[in-house]
Amino acid sequence: MFKFLKRLRGQEVDASSPVVDSQPSTVIEVLPGLDLPSQAPASSEPEVETGTAATLAKSDTSIDKKEISEPALVSVELPKRSLGTGIRSLFSDSMDIDQLEDILILADFGVETAEEIAAELRREANRQGLTTDPELRLLLKDLLAKRLSRNDSALNLDDGTLPYVILVVGVNGAGKTTTIGKLARWLKDGDWEVVLGAADTYRAGAVDQLETWAKRADSPIVKPVKEGADPASVAYQTVEMAIRTQADIAIIDTAGRLQNKKDLMDELGKIRRAVEKQAKISEVLLVIDATNGQNAMSQARAFTEVAEVTGIVMTKLDGTAKGGILYSLQKELNLPIKLVGVGEQINDFAFFSPEEFAKGLVAKK
Amino acid sequence: MFGNLSDRLSDTFKNLRGKGRLSASDIDATLRDIRRALLEADVALEVVKNFIAAIRERALGDEVSKALNPAQQVVQIVNDELTKILGRENKRIQFAKSPPTVIMLAGLQGSGKTTLAGKLAKWLKEQNQTPILVAADLQRPNAVTQLQILGDKVGVPVFAPESGNGVGNPIKVAKDAIAYAKKAQFSVVIVDTAGRLGIDEEMMQQAIGIRDAVSPDEILFVVDSMLGQDAVNVAKAFKDGVGVTGVVLTKLDGDSRGGAALSVANITGAPILFSSTGEDLESFEPFYPERMASRILDMGDVVSLIEQAQKTFDEEESKKLADKIANDEFTLQDFLEQMQQLRKMGNMKSLLGMLPGAGKMKQQLEDFDESEIARTEAIIFSMTPLERNGPKVLNGSRRMRIAKGSGTSVTEVNQLVNRFEQAAKVMKTMSKGGMPNIPGTNPVTMGGAVGGGYIGGKKSATKKKGSKSGNPAKRAAENQGLGVSQPQESKPGSAFGLRN
Repeated sequence: MFKFLKRLRGQEVDASSPVVDSQPSTVIEVLPGLDLPSQAPASSEPEVETGTAATLAKSDTSIDKKEISEPALVSVELPKRSLGTGIRSLFSDSMDIDQLEDILILADFGVETAEEIAAELRREANRQGLTTDPELRLLLKDLLAKRLSRNDSALNLDDGTLPYVILVVGVNGAGKTTTIGKLARWLKDGDWEVVLGAADTYRAGAVDQLETWAKRADSPIVKPVKEGADPASVAYQTVEMAIRTQADIAIIDTAGRLQNKKDLMDELGKIRRAVEKQAKISEVLLVIDATNGQNAMSQARAFTEVAEVTGIVMTKLDGTAKGGILYSLQKELNLPIKLVGVGEQINDFAFFSPEEFAKGLVAKK
Repeated sequence: MFGNLSDRLSDTFKNLRGKGRLSASDIDATLRDIRRALLEADVALEVVKNFIAAIRERALGDEVSKALNPAQQVVQIVNDELTKILGRENKRIQFAKSPPTVIMLAGLQGSGKTTLAGKLAKWLKEQNQTPILVAADLQRPNAVTQLQILGDKVGVPVFAPESGNGVGNPIKVAKDAIAYAKKAQFSVVIVDTAGRLGIDEEMMQQAIGIRDAVSPDEILFVVDSMLGQDAVNVAKAFKDGVGVTGVVLTKLDGDSRGGAALSVANITGAPILFSSTGEDLESFEPFYPERMASRILDMGDVVSLIEQAQKTFDEEESKKLADKIANDEFTLQDFLEQMQQLRKMGNMKSLLGMLPGAGKMKQQLEDFDESEIARTEAIIFSMTPLERNGPKVLNGSRRMRIAKGSGTSVTEVNQLVNRFEQAAKVMKTMSKGGMPNIPGTNPVTMGGAVGGGYIGGKKSATKKKGSKSGNPAKRAAENQGLGVSQPQESKPGSAFGLRN
């Protein structure tokens, strides 16, 4: 079972989401009653301090104080999303150990990784004396799940420094804007205040596309004044607006760029710097199209270098593509896979679960 | 473009070079390398298998063992087989006997259909057609808006009765569009459709509905060149679903190895008609299979380059220029004009990338900073006519003024002047050495001189003098690297990257 637990502020204490642990989370437009339990000590203590924070915090009970004092934080569990039927099995009939390497290659694992996994399976099967189809499938599932398992695949939205900023990057047509739309809706459902930033000022219609998603997600959007405006300035204003409106999170869309275009890649650095003037960047999500083959490696390398990617989003897994490249990505770049996209509808996305993914890959039809 | 595959293959062939005879084990080892290279280039497994089998058969046959240079023979076979898969000759769009010609675009989400629609419209317009774009992607948010913006940019009307975003019936839109196009006498109708997965039966049914409503003369399957092994499934699904009469490869300006081209061509059996190589609307060209095969083998794409040059350069102008160079009358003013003409040819990077051997300079090419050209222009614009025509008058105070006027530094001005003088010298030498006299090539070599000087611009600029060859001509040649020296090298027989 795929479990994802996030902390979140709530307008009211959410019945389904007890304050699970002491890790700070966020509350923004705090209802007076709510911030007392977790936050009262923090805001009353620094009374003596000279800083603006303290003075403003004192005039409390006012709803707006939390931006300046430490915000009251509460843990919230966001709606769960799981892969469901998204992943298609590698095998059309029974599993043949001799065919495994080819089958993995067909699933975009890459020659090297495919060879490695096939050899590992053979070795383990021999050692444990496994021969039947169900045994081998289970073994393969374990090997595959183990390779992607790690403990940092949750979105990094729990360190309490508001607003969280998520930068979404990737090549053209990977599905950045769609991913943002879905993510925003999901966060809204969890009662977060989201601001979207349309920093894809290049592609015709990109801003409008994000705007449509913003409407669907019922979130405000910061748009460039004109086409071709400086994306860094849009990013800056997005964060500014998030701070001003005391939103929890700002998600910034960027123009698709091929990773070998140096000037466009440099622009990402500029966007980063513009954001960092006002806020910390919580996540840089690299969106990778599952139908892409080995070039995804090159994308991940280049974007990681320039934009300091913190997680991967794999889109279009609802097709026939298996996304085997994730295994090479994990192996070489050690990046967590955070989200997967499985369709064009607003709810068609899920958090990544290695176990579920591996299960899907070895499933019997 | 196909860079990494070229690199892999040239590595492989390096091992074959110099061998008088190839043993069966040589061939096997080579084939293993080729197999791996192709798989890493995302060529689909079944295509690779067939490809390797075909090469093995021919490589073990008489034609290799009896050849004077077996290694080269293997390369030739690989080249042949690549070309065979990619299609023997370049195919053209089939125009309908009675207009309008209907072109329907289909493909996965994000493959680049809408952008391509804009480029195609622009290209057709340049061919003296009167195209109309049809917004039948009513699925993706604001795909209709995007198409309208593109239509505006290229000056082609867009038929968009529905605003999209999930509302409206694309089949009806397509049908109405044809009626409208007939009435308004448009010669080509380009139908943009929503991206769809091969296995999405409902959407595929919709595509078939659109197809039956418009009876297209061409169904172009738009393929992202970064596609992986799934290319096979996707291509099969589209071929069996809506049908495919031609293929367009997009995002070829990336560093993807482009194996999808081989897979898709092989599976669909349809010719690759166009390739799309950038985000601006000019980055679009017919697909030339034999050039692409050469490109895979890193033989460069001189023909495309020359064509592009011819499109831009006036023949008479080039002749005048050649005379000027020969007579030592080449001035900064000419330099500026050349540079501006070159820019008209399009993006400097894609231009330089077409040169043979450029595969090895990929990184330098990518580092090439287009804004260097703008700075150079600014410097020359800040000069008086006297200075432009005779850089010798440039003393310290003039240089200072120019630097101020152009917002650069005296160092940059000095660098430009030095570079110019070197380039002029080299060109003079070359023009005397007898360049191949193909119309349009002179400006091309200029391209090397202008562009080449800037490659890796900032880095080399900071190097101390004397870090390179002391001989100015040699040094300039070093700087230029590709542009100037290559055309002389590409003699017959030195092909396939086997020189040096």
